Amino acid sequence: MSTRLGTGGRLIDRTHKLNFSFNGKRLKGFAGDTLAAALMAENQMLVGRSFKYHRPRGIVAAGAEEPNALMNMGRGAKFEPNQRATTTELCEGLTAASQNHWPSLEYDIGALNQYAARVLPAGFYYKTFIHPRPFWKHVFEPIIRQSAGLGQAPKDRDSDRYEHFHADVDVLIIGGGVAGLQSAVIAGRAGARVLLLEQTAHWGGRAPVDGVEVDGQAADIWINNTVQALEAMPNVRLRARCMGAGVYDHGSVLAYERLTDHAPQTDAPRHRLWKIRAHQIITATGAIERPLSFAGNDIPGVMLAAAIRDYVVNYAVSPGDRTVIVTNNDDAYRTAIALHHAGLMVPCIVDARPTATGALPEQARALGIPVKTGTAIAKVKGGKRVTGVALCQQAGEGSVTEEIACDAVGMSGGWSPVVHLWSHCGGKLNWEDQGQFFRPDPARAPISHDGNAFVSAVGSADGHMLTQAVFDSAAAIGTEIATRLGRKVATEPVNVTGPQEQPLVPVWVMPQGAPVEARSKMWLDFQNDVKVSDVQLAAREGYESVEHTKRYTTLGMATDQGKLSNINGLAILANELNARIPEVGTTTFRPPYTPISMGAIAGEARGDIFQPLRRTPLHDWHEDHGAHWEPVGHWRRPYCFPRGEETHAQAVAREIKATRTSLGLLDASTLGKIVVKGPDAGRFMDMLYTNMMSTLQPGKCRYGLMCSENGFLMDDGVVARIDEDTFLCHTTTGGADRIHAHMEDWLQCEWWDWKVFTANITEQWAQIAVVGPNARKLLQKLGGGMDLSASALPFMGWAEGKIGDFDARVFRISFSGELSFEVAVPASQGRAFWDALHAAGAEFNATPYGTEALHVMRAEKGFIMIGDETDGTVIPQDLGLGWAISKKKDDYLGKRAQERAHMIDPARWKLVGLETLDGSVLPDGCYAVAEGVNANGQRNTQGRVTSTYHSPTLSKGIAIGLVLHGPDRMGEIIEFNKVDGGVIRTRIVSPVFYDPEGEKQNV
Amino acid sequence: MRRYSAFAIAREAFRHHLGWERAWASPAPKSRYDVIIVGAGGHGLATAYYLGKNHGITNVAVIEKGWLGGGNTGRNTTIIRSNYLQDPSAAIYEKSRSLYENLSQDFNYNVMFSPRGVIMLAQTEHEVRGYKRTAHANALQGVTTEFISPDRVKDLCPIINIDGPRYPVLGGLWQARGGTARHDAVAWGYARACSAMGMDIIQQCEVTGITAQGGKVTGVQTTKGAIGCAKLGIVVAGHSGVLAEMAGFRLPIESVALQALVSEPIKPCMDVVVMANTVHGYMSQSDKGEMVIGGGADGYNNYTQRGSFHHIEETVRALIETFPMISRLKMLRQWGGIVDMTGDRSPIISPTPLGNCFINCGWGTGGFKAIPGSGWATAEMIAGGAPGPLAAAFGLERFREGRFIDESVAAGVAH
Amino acid sequence: MLILTCPNCGLTAEESELAPGGEAHLKRFGPGSEDADFEGYLFQRANPKGVHFERWRHAYGCGKWFLAARCTVTLEVFGTYPAQTTEPPTEIVNKIKAKRPDWSLS
Repeated sequence: MSTRLGTGGRLIDRTHKLNFSFNGKRLKGFAGDTLAAALMAENQMLVGRSFKYHRPRGIVAAGAEEPNALMNMGRGAKFEPNQRATTTELCEGLTAASQNHWPSLEYDIGALNQYAARVLPAGFYYKTFIHPRPFWKHVFEPIIRQSAGLGQAPKDRDSDRYEHFHADVDVLIIGGGVAGLQSAVIAGRAGARVLLLEQTAHWGGRAPVDGVEVDGQAADIWINNTVQALEAMPNVRLRARCMGAGVYDHGSVLAYERLTDHAPQTDAPRHRLWKIRAHQIITATGAIERPLSFAGNDIPGVMLAAAIRDYVVNYAVSPGDRTVIVTNNDDAYRTAIALHHAGLMVPCIVDARPTATGALPEQARALGIPVKTGTAIAKVKGGKRVTGVALCQQAGEGSVTEEIACDAVGMSGGWSPVVHLWSHCGGKLNWEDQGQFFRPDPARAPISHDGNAFVSAVGSADGHMLTQAVFDSAAAIGTEIATRLGRKVATEPVNVTGPQEQPLVPVWVMPQGAPVEARSKMWLDFQNDVKVSDVQLAAREGYESVEHTKRYTTLGMATDQGKLSNINGLAILANELNARIPEVGTTTFRPPYTPISMGAIAGEARGDIFQPLRRTPLHDWHEDHGAHWEPVGHWRRPYCFPRGEETHAQAVAREIKATRTSLGLLDASTLGKIVVKGPDAGRFMDMLYTNMMSTLQPGKCRYGLMCSENGFLMDDGVVARIDEDTFLCHTTTGGADRIHAHMEDWLQCEWWDWKVFTANITEQWAQIAVVGPNARKLLQKLGGGMDLSASALPFMGWAEGKIGDFDARVFRISFSGELSFEVAVPASQGRAFWDALHAAGAEFNATPYGTEALHVMRAEKGFIMIGDETDGTVIPQDLGLGWAISKKKDDYLGKRAQERAHMIDPARWKLVGLETLDGSVLPDGCYAVAEGVNANGQRNTQGRVTSTYHSPTLSKGIAIGLVLHGPDRMGEIIEFNKVDGGVIRTRIVSPVFYDPEGEKQNV
Repeated sequence: MRRYSAFAIAREAFRHHLGWERAWASPAPKSRYDVIIVGAGGHGLATAYYLGKNHGITNVAVIEKGWLGGGNTGRNTTIIRSNYLQDPSAAIYEKSRSLYENLSQDFNYNVMFSPRGVIMLAQTEHEVRGYKRTAHANALQGVTTEFISPDRVKDLCPIINIDGPRYPVLGGLWQARGGTARHDAVAWGYARACSAMGMDIIQQCEVTGITAQGGKVTGVQTTKGAIGCAKLGIVVAGHSGVLAEMAGFRLPIESVALQALVSEPIKPCMDVVVMANTVHGYMSQSDKGEMVIGGGADGYNNYTQRGSFHHIEETVRALIETFPMISRLKMLRQWGGIVDMTGDRSPIISPTPLGNCFINCGWGTGGFKAIPGSGWATAEMIAGGAPGPLAAAFGLERFREGRFIDESVAAGVAH
Repeated sequence: MLILTCPNCGLTAEESELAPGGEAHLKRFGPGSEDADFEGYLFQRANPKGVHFERWRHAYGCGKWFLAARCTVTLEVFGTYPAQTTEPPTEIVNKIKAKRPDWSLS
């Protein structure tokens, strides 16, 4: 059984006990434990079930590479699935539950899958479940979905907070082991701005566990001294619990800091996402031990040898009373020695190499641990826990030579550098035969904006597996980086004392001649249940590319992203293809290094501040008066102002009636307002608009159309000429920023010699439309001395002056067909002006109206709305707006495009009014049907509705739309479709339904 | 070709699956073919497949620079739908969707087409009108869609938040027979079927030049030597510009990166595909349990298959607003593909200025769903020498004539 | 996340401060031009796998457009220069040639 040792544990505080629960069982651990360590200390080695076969799964690793120990953790709004027990720091009250089983972890119905494993090889689902067709969706797929999936889905809205943090540094060092610390010291002393990240809570990495001595002292002492020295440097920042998640282009890096996962009661954001711009990046990300492939290597109790050492040394947790070590290298002997020193039994060390004569094997022998060379594990015995191993010759086919009882197995197939961050942004790798791993190729490093390399690897991340070499590489790279940054460096040599190691011998299958029965029990990917036999099957069936094999077998696609399985799988594939491993190549390394929370990615921007909210000066008034909001770009505009029990339709009808009969008030502040100014302003305006704008007189307004260079109508609005040099362009609400950018584009990039400035002053003004027969009376009542009479300020004129005490620009323009003044006042005076209008307007029943009333009233007048009558495919000529296209101008944006064949085709759909014969409202978006079908069997059409409303003014449905030859077909009856298949008989009429003579607005 | 079935698996199980044959052959190129298709992605393989199946042309080589299905076919978010607005788009995407319905049976290879339904959320009044318009258009195009209420949206997808605060769900366009398929399996299934018809799929073979005589194509130069052909189809997605340059013409295309991501797998919680265009994000749950997420494309020319993280950030942010529960899921993996964007964001299926040379490209962000229909239409064009009805509107000449196929209507400008 | 130096304000800007604007140095064809010329100007793009001359706007900074020479494969930026030019500056062309002997300005 696994248990807590009586002494030791460099990271735990035995005076500080913590309570936690696993699957409802109440357990205890110590401060400093990881959840995995605490579970093992409580003899809970079985922690989950695998993805496909629901095999029992135990803890394999001690860090981020763990594939099995994934938990549902927390409750309610803090529930989270797939939390890795090996990287979860234990805290008081932690609740964890294992995943992917029913009814319980011990007795899982899904485990029946493992007995069917023989008929469920890699890719079996591509070969079956084909007939009968409906069964895939209704029968097979639901079963597969239910049995896959790991953790439970969260149900509640996340109650935690997240934040983003930006940093700009000279040198970013990722990894706080001795390589990272030493690099930081060098760069820090050279005066560079340094940020050093470590994903765990502790500095120093593996060195203290491996028992090396640095400068004659225990590694821990060197680490503590170094961290203190770094903390004292003002130009160096250190962040523990902060993982380098991804390296992106031009030196941008994402880091993921877990602020309160270990202390959930803290009132602080849970995670912090760092967005770092680094001039140089050093990856000191270490290496990961590889499992060995032998039959039964997935049974709980089989662990990575170095992980066992971690648990013993760091947490004083033994994986079992009797641990067999199986290896192809010297490093695993350290585990045997550590277990021995902890008073635990190591029945034997199984070494696949023909001989083992290095310092570590000799030390193990001297301690009395039997070493069996040339030997392999034929199979592991046990079900939910290891009970023993059967041994055989590595060179043979697996005849059992002896059986050894044990309750744990420590395996080591060598180490692979963590090259993920090096590779994210295009860094290439070389294969190293000596250690059988891929390592960064400095000649093909990731390239930054300046064409220079910006990532370097140090330590075991660069393939230096001995501690002295780790320090030496850190010193060399640290010096090189500091020099690249133009800084002077003084390094002091660091001397490491530790045993030399003999080279490993590659062992990809154990034993070498294992038959297929054994190979189909050798796991490569423990979470996704991919076995040696699966990769071999994929290769045999022609899925030869490493990407094909990965996707066909799902090797390396689990939540550990193949940290343990990739190289082993590649080796199997290469062997099957008679290729060398580097010829097969790796799959692409994609960020993040380990999964990061979506909450952290989103950061602060959620809920009300998910996107910036633009508010007009009247926003609060609308809110206070029950506005029903409509999002328009980042603005919110009142759709209507329902009163009491009113429906929205009733409110809209009331607002229209009040406006048409007396007085309505509209917050038009969101309308775009762009000033175009300069000696060439008129010339520029003539290019921007289809109309001739340069002839507009100061004091006058003109409705204008803007087209894209591709000819399509993109925006419209009223232009006021302020003075000889100055135009004020009104744009649509959604168009302001876009149109301003459009103007600047042409000014800066095409007509840069023209003397024109533009400024987007949308938010400088509050603009209120005062609309209705009593509009003039209301403004006159406010006083101020402006002459607002029809003769002094006629329709399509504008004037500047005082309305009451307010500084106003008054535009005689109308989008409703009523007498209308659009009054702009400085934004700071907007609310007071609005209040004044309401106070003085009470006697006229002054009624605020929203966007829907605005829409209905403009439709009653047959005015087009950008986005309704236009959709990016409509040209002004389609809309009966030919009058707004100057025939005199040689050029305007869009003119050439409008000369193309399809644009001058007489068979385009054109704007008309539409009235149903029964007075009903045409459905939004319906089409006018024509006879027959096209070559693809689709019903022919001859038009579509673009705006359709119930007109409270006319008490019937009104619509405008685009119809083939429409203006020539007045009075004709055509049919519009309904989604259920019926049609609506509709008459083509003039698009102006209300006051066609314009008598109401021209008073 | 040995048929796949549950019985075949059971039989193989007795010999530990040692008897399975290759899914597709790996031949050396012959000196000449009737048709060469450049690009063994979904569209290229589908083109070859329908050349054989519909037109009896099987002396065909599909030439691939890397590995078959290794481009965008294997990098997308696997959504299949045909609820397009414009007639030509609806025609080809619906053809495609209907072919997907029977693809597994056609191939005897399970591509896991899962018609679980697709909802496109309407979150502004403008979108409501746009999707109602699409529903009316679809009714006339033979595409079954429906505009549904917010409550119905919630019924179909309980994890969705329909109340905002910023963009409450006002309804949705629902296509019940839209869904997803296993993307790799689509490529593999086509490859296996093409191979079974005697076609040659030649991987690891890069085209380095196109040869022509008298204005007509005569073959291609490759890293495995010169190969002659009577007709050439260029079906290479993100690298179309490079091949077009070899053939001597320019395309109305820019190549940009499109990114996607998946979460860690969780138990089933979302049975439908949801697209939220106002906030630029879409999500579905794969059969493995991963939430598959996509968003908008980068705006600059890029061939790196990487994108900038701020797009991921915006997408995730948008989807947390739409599905608050994903805040406590973790992003497992992000990746990018290179998509070719045309001037009107609709594809090109067209003859080219070079005789007997045809091109299929420009699928932008929507290529996967189009694979069968696109292959069908391209095969028809290559076999007949001119575009058939499905391809007719997608010709290169439309940019000169101004006859665009613009699908951006629902995401157009707001007032 | 690219970084580009705005030649107008001198700031090295993050990509998120910038708006991309497609191929640079396009010659505008207006009314009366040939269909093919107009199509070429508005739609046909070099789209090279390699050095690309392109437009950017420092949209969330000084607001100015500028041009950049950037490799679409390595994302190396050879230089940025003002938008008010009709062809790439010699200095940048020479810099690219020095780094990429096979490249030429077509």
